[in-house]
Amino acid sequence: MAKQYETVIGLEVHVELATKTKIFCSCSTQFGGAPNTHTCPVCTGMPGSLPVLNKQVVEYAMAIGLATNCDITQVCKFDRKNYFYPDNPQNYQISQLYLPIARNGYVEIEVAGQKKKVRIHEMHMEEDAGKLIHDEWDDTSLVDYNRSGVPLVEIVSEPDMRSADEVIAYLEKLRTIVQYLGASDCKLQEGSMRADVNLSVREVGAAEFGTRTEMKNLNSFKAIARAIEGERERQIELIEEGKQVVQETRRWDDNKESSHAMRSKEDAQDYRYFPEPDLVPIIISDEWIQKVKDRQPELRSEKLERYKKEYDIPQYDAEILTNSKHMADIFEEAAAICGKPKKVSNWLMVETMRLLKENGMEPEDIDFAPENLAALVELTEAGTINSSVAKEVFEKIFAEDIDPKAYVEEHGLKTVNDDGALEEVLKKVIADNPQAVADYQGGKKKALGALVGQTMKTMRGKADPVAINKKLQEML
Amino acid sequence: MDITSMTAVEIGKKIKAKEITVADAVEAAIAQIERVEENVHSFVRIDKEGARKRAEEVQKMINDGTLTGPLAGVPVAIKDNLCTKGVETTCSSKILEGFKPTFTAEAVVNLEKAGAVILGKTNMDEFAMGSTTETSYYGETKNPWNLEHVPGGSSGGSCAAVAAGECAYALGSDTGGSIRQPSSFCGVVGIKPTYGTVSRYGLIAYGSSLDQIGPIAKDVTDCATILETIASHDSKDSTSIARESYDFTEGLVAEVKGMKIGVPRDYFTEGLDPEVKEQILKAVKVLEEKGAVVEEFDLSLVQYAIPAYYVIASAEASSNLSRFDGVKYGYRTSEYEGLHNMYKKTRSEGFGPEVKRRIMLGSFVLSSGYYDAYYLKALRTKALIKKAFDKAFASYDAIIAPAAPTTAPKLGESLSDPLKMYLGDIYTIAVNLAGLPGITIPVGKDSKGLPVGMQIIGDCFQEKKIIRAAYTFEQTKSYEAPELAKGDR
Repeated sequence: MAKQYETVIGLEVHVELATKTKIFCSCSTQFGGAPNTHTCPVCTGMPGSLPVLNKQVVEYAMAIGLATNCDITQVCKFDRKNYFYPDNPQNYQISQLYLPIARNGYVEIEVAGQKKKVRIHEMHMEEDAGKLIHDEWDDTSLVDYNRSGVPLVEIVSEPDMRSADEVIAYLEKLRTIVQYLGASDCKLQEGSMRADVNLSVREVGAAEFGTRTEMKNLNSFKAIARAIEGERERQIELIEEGKQVVQETRRWDDNKESSHAMRSKEDAQDYRYFPEPDLVPIIISDEWIQKVKDRQPELRSEKLERYKKEYDIPQYDAEILTNSKHMADIFEEAAAICGKPKKVSNWLMVETMRLLKENGMEPEDIDFAPENLAALVELTEAGTINSSVAKEVFEKIFAEDIDPKAYVEEHGLKTVNDDGALEEVLKKVIADNPQAVADYQGGKKKALGALVGQTMKTMRGKADPVAINKKLQEML
Repeated sequence: MDITSMTAVEIGKKIKAKEITVADAVEAAIAQIERVEENVHSFVRIDKEGARKRAEEVQKMINDGTLTGPLAGVPVAIKDNLCTKGVETTCSSKILEGFKPTFTAEAVVNLEKAGAVILGKTNMDEFAMGSTTETSYYGETKNPWNLEHVPGGSSGGSCAAVAAGECAYALGSDTGGSIRQPSSFCGVVGIKPTYGTVSRYGLIAYGSSLDQIGPIAKDVTDCATILETIASHDSKDSTSIARESYDFTEGLVAEVKGMKIGVPRDYFTEGLDPEVKEQILKAVKVLEEKGAVVEEFDLSLVQYAIPAYYVIASAEASSNLSRFDGVKYGYRTSEYEGLHNMYKKTRSEGFGPEVKRRIMLGSFVLSSGYYDAYYLKALRTKALIKKAFDKAFASYDAIIAPAAPTTAPKLGESLSDPLKMYLGDIYTIAVNLAGLPGITIPVGKDSKGLPVGMQIIGDCFQEKKIIRAAYTFEQTKSYEAPELAKGDR
């Protein structure tokens, strides 16, 4: 009988914090921008420059630590991690090793109805590096320090996950928590959330863990799931062939759906960590922790309960709406403007989710203003447009964030409510379709549908089918 | 009127009284530089035109009443590890050749606000690593008292420039004695303030947890005045401390009656040159006669200071100096293949042997498997040394020690035996490890005619006490300049 294997996975998740300025200087953290425009002597490692800690970074880190049930390290310190690379202007990264800000936490995940705790080993604050751009033509490399010094937290889990589903559930949970705290937008594609997967396999029932590898360059949940599957199979194959799994860092290539070794841990660098002498220890008082707790915004579970109570929204819908903070924000704003939460919820639950799926997008990628969705709800509620037109307009809102009122006006999509005009059209339809009229009058009720359809077609969808139906019955 | 023999405060007063102009002071300094610099080589860069232009601006601001401070218009020299915007700053290293900072060090900004006129950048041991100023890439500085001897280091250029009359005063930095030891060798006064008193922003770091900037001048009054000007609480330096008081000149009182002075026996044992010992004990006697209560005591742990210092300073230096890699500024090797070869060649060619030695030592003690045995142990030793001083300061207002075991050695004698050179720091480094303030003042000369300095050490934030003791002693002995500084006068 073939052996049964268990996959053991631990995650290192980097989250870029949403501070306006960098961790050790006052440069902007804005994404994009011409190369080296968001820089100063500190984040470019100029001689004589010194770091000054951005307090907001500590507060975000504390908030995440508290929301993930961690103990806050009340005397915490920064350390230097030394390694040479041009994207690292000082050739050391200011990070935390000995006294990280948070430790011993957990988050609860649910997979296929099974609840499970994933423990968090520790979370530390650190600075991001710059970006290297390789010019293949010129055989040179250019470095952009805009990202250098952008604040990060690294959340290190215990090896508590056993499947890709659990990993995704853990990441989604973390993302929701961090987004709700407003501590980061957590966009995997833009790199504001990055996950490295530590994975090993062992025979079911074995007491010891197998040798693990670390997988980098995972830019989407799908890539993470594929990489976990690929690495699991690779390791099992090695073991079955009687070979050894080598402890190493591997890079995932999602196009090829395979990975290759970056460097093995045997010739791993010695980072020569030591306490950062340019920064003083951070003393976190009980009062400060309490302050951060008090300022903690509404978390997902609270929001979910409130939606059910305040808006009378069913559990399932409330779950979808609150799964992404961004989606929840759009829902609440649009509902507040038009006063029709259920209608807004419907648009998000049905059409929005459909379009997201069709376009391979995440709820975070929703790019329309809540005002426009609210306006659309108002237009349909007032009967200014009918539901099929509304769908068409919504697609426009979703894709281009258009103003629905102006759009409807411009394209002449208003429902025709003028009885006289409708009667004229109906007269013509009756005259042109004697057979259908005869059928209807002969008792074939279905024939009425054909007449309604003809009328809608003639009026290019601008009529209210209910009104047509009623009027036709009167006239016949 | 001989301006170059005056103290900074005297020059400032004469300028204020319109007896001389800022240009007079600057031209006198330039003339002295032109006369002696060839022999002494205190400077790595002299900016005559910049100084002349600045003199005009400062004169205007003095005339219109914008500048009224004691240092307005007084010419100064700056150690080459302090960043000066647009002016080459090299730490006397090849690897920073051509590097022009984009900002000025906070301490220098404070001086400029007070109307200082910068004459140039002074020579130093490369990256402040050395005790003789011989490790400079730009050639050694000589002792103005005897050109065959070293001026000490690492602030040797700054101390020699003051002694030779090339500037009224200078800024230095002190990581393990780099202000106090060369001040002793050159017969001038230098203060290493309490750690955190002067902002390190713009000081190119050697050992970040030990580095402090301080003044070097002809007398205690100058040093207290300069320290008052450069000290500040700077939000750009996280280790900068907001002090209750910055009025260091309040310590300029010739009175030590009842002041308790401790003389550590451990500092006056073998290894200390008998002539140096004699001069210092004579000076202690003077203070005792003035009413100070002098007592011998055992400081303990003295023998651990040197290894602890060289482990901590080298560890920090190995990391601090890693940014000099040929990528962003300064020297880059001309031919290389790939990134790692570029790093290797640039750093091999750009750093001198003493700097390389300390980078290797520092990298070693931080390596995994050695961290606990060396670095952590050194940090614990540092804490114990601080405790020993805390205990001593519970009983004494000040501690008196030599600044160096000998007077200035001859050129070329020290570098061949680095370990022996490291041992020469024995009386100064414990002060850096404990973050304490220390002042060196000249107390006499040895039989070779070389100056002997005495170090007075205070508890943290007690600069005023050591300034008072030094000032009191100074009243009994007027400033003596080397013959070279006097010229044909």
